Amino acid sequence: MSSIGNIRTILKREISAYFSSPVAYVFIVIFLLLNGFFTFMVGGFFERGEAALGNAFFNWHPWFYLFLVPAVGMRLWADERRVGTLELLLTMPITPWEAIVGKFAASWLFLGLALALTFPVVLTVNYLGSPDNGVILTAYVGSWLMSGAYLAISCITSAMTRNQVVSFILSVVACLFLILAGFPPVINLLQALPGHWQWLVDAVTSFSVITHFSGFQRGVLDSRDVVFFLSVILFSLFTTSVILRTRRTN
Amino acid sequence: MIKVDQLSKFFGAKRAVDGVTFEVARGEVLGFLGPNGAGKSTTMRMITGFITPTSGSVHVGGHDLSLEPVAAKRRIGYLPENAPAYTDMTVKGFLQFAAEIRGLRGAARNAAVQAVVEKCFLQAVLHQNVDTLSKGYRHRTCFAQSIIHDPDVLVLDEPTDGLDPNQKHEIRQLIRQMGREKAIIFSTHILEEVDAVCTRAMIIDRGRVVANGTPRELRRKSEWSGAVSLNIKGMGVNAIREQLGRIPSVRRLAVESTADWVAVTAFPHPDRVIDVTRDILTATQGWQVEALRTEEGRLDDVFRRITLPETAAREAKS
Repeated sequence: MSSIGNIRTILKREISAYFSSPVAYVFIVIFLLLNGFFTFMVGGFFERGEAALGNAFFNWHPWFYLFLVPAVGMRLWADERRVGTLELLLTMPITPWEAIVGKFAASWLFLGLALALTFPVVLTVNYLGSPDNGVILTAYVGSWLMSGAYLAISCITSAMTRNQVVSFILSVVACLFLILAGFPPVINLLQALPGHWQWLVDAVTSFSVITHFSGFQRGVLDSRDVVFFLSVILFSLFTTSVILRTRRTN
Repeated sequence: MIKVDQLSKFFGAKRAVDGVTFEVARGEVLGFLGPNGAGKSTTMRMITGFITPTSGSVHVGGHDLSLEPVAAKRRIGYLPENAPAYTDMTVKGFLQFAAEIRGLRGAARNAAVQAVVEKCFLQAVLHQNVDTLSKGYRHRTCFAQSIIHDPDVLVLDEPTDGLDPNQKHEIRQLIRQMGREKAIIFSTHILEEVDAVCTRAMIIDRGRVVANGTPRELRRKSEWSGAVSLNIKGMGVNAIREQLGRIPSVRRLAVESTADWVAVTAFPHPDRVIDVTRDILTATQGWQVEALRTEEGRLDDVFRRITLPETAAREAKS
């Protein structure tokens, strides 16, 4: 039996689990409402008078994801542990990696679907002017990668506990750190340090999703940014597998 | 089919399972007995690969569980304690998932689902969500999941827990039936189940195997094995005590008088079990004996003696 087949089976189950409860629909509606409200009311899409989405629309994504992605990811492992199905899943003839990747991929695809449903914004901006659609597409890719990084972190916190609320809070805190590391007020504070501490500023900002996302927002597809998000995902999934393994020995 | 060698598990400093060794061959049904917290579930979780042992090894169908976990797990069907199932799926969806993850696709998957639905009587709830099921149905759904791929090895943690007597009967029938061509381990608190289903029983206490044998062999360890019970009319308690107490093969008498008769149980000396029935028959010639029977031995008595030696000894004295 192939790994791909196993991953697909897990993925299918997870996706159907999302849509068999109202959670998926609630999530999508809230995500779209927030996007609409912040883009047009707070972000000042019309006042800007520019045919682009980089600022008015994508600027908010790191902050939306901060709360919405942990809400999607919190149940992934915590619920399995609480209901006891973890025992079923891990005694099936699959490797833990297949389960981890399958579950992660299902949630990530779900986030991708929610993101894709914001397409009316793209239609609007195309109707009103002539934006660079390449830039918009790049920003979408970046936004999706960023949501994947948040989600992988939620996988870790979800594997740590059987309580979804605990998982949610822990992963919000962890993701908040990733945002704040590149948030201008925090960087300004760090830059007050003496010159030979510059490496610290660099180290902290290099962990920031905002720094890495800003390239995508401007339409720059920098391999370093892609590598950053992918390595956060890989590292987090690896950590998840370690946590699941230690949980089984203790 | 299952080979467990010196299996141990420590949770921190707490010893849950300590050097458990046994084998189960095809065609055997091994009953796993023991008080709560004796290490039954932990042992089963190690056999199915959910928990990693601290030391020792598990082989399933010739595959070392630590070296080839997927190959070993493929041959196992497992019903965990409390029968968990994905609550957000229908029974059908859940069984299809269980079949697919074990490599059954397409028509093979549908045939497998259909077969277990019939075997476990799930037709009525097939399209119902798992979280709306009654306990019995949920249990059977999880049981169905464990046999869907027709595994060589079945590990069932309290398969009849929480079922009504009819359902218990059905599950026992199924286990006995499947036990002919599979290797089955199941744990239970119900001692009659051991007689009804098992070819062999194992008692484990505080993480160690303390008894292992056929139900018959285990019963022989009981004080009741070979004991003779009889009801006697028309005689006083003291006279009976005196006369029967003289028989050398009788170790101890339990006498209880009721309005109509005196009920006597004569416990034999362990090495003279064969003589005691005959000796009593000889001694009571001419008495008004209402009923007389030889006990086979009681599993619950063996269970108590082995797992609670102090209390059992105290009770025997009183």
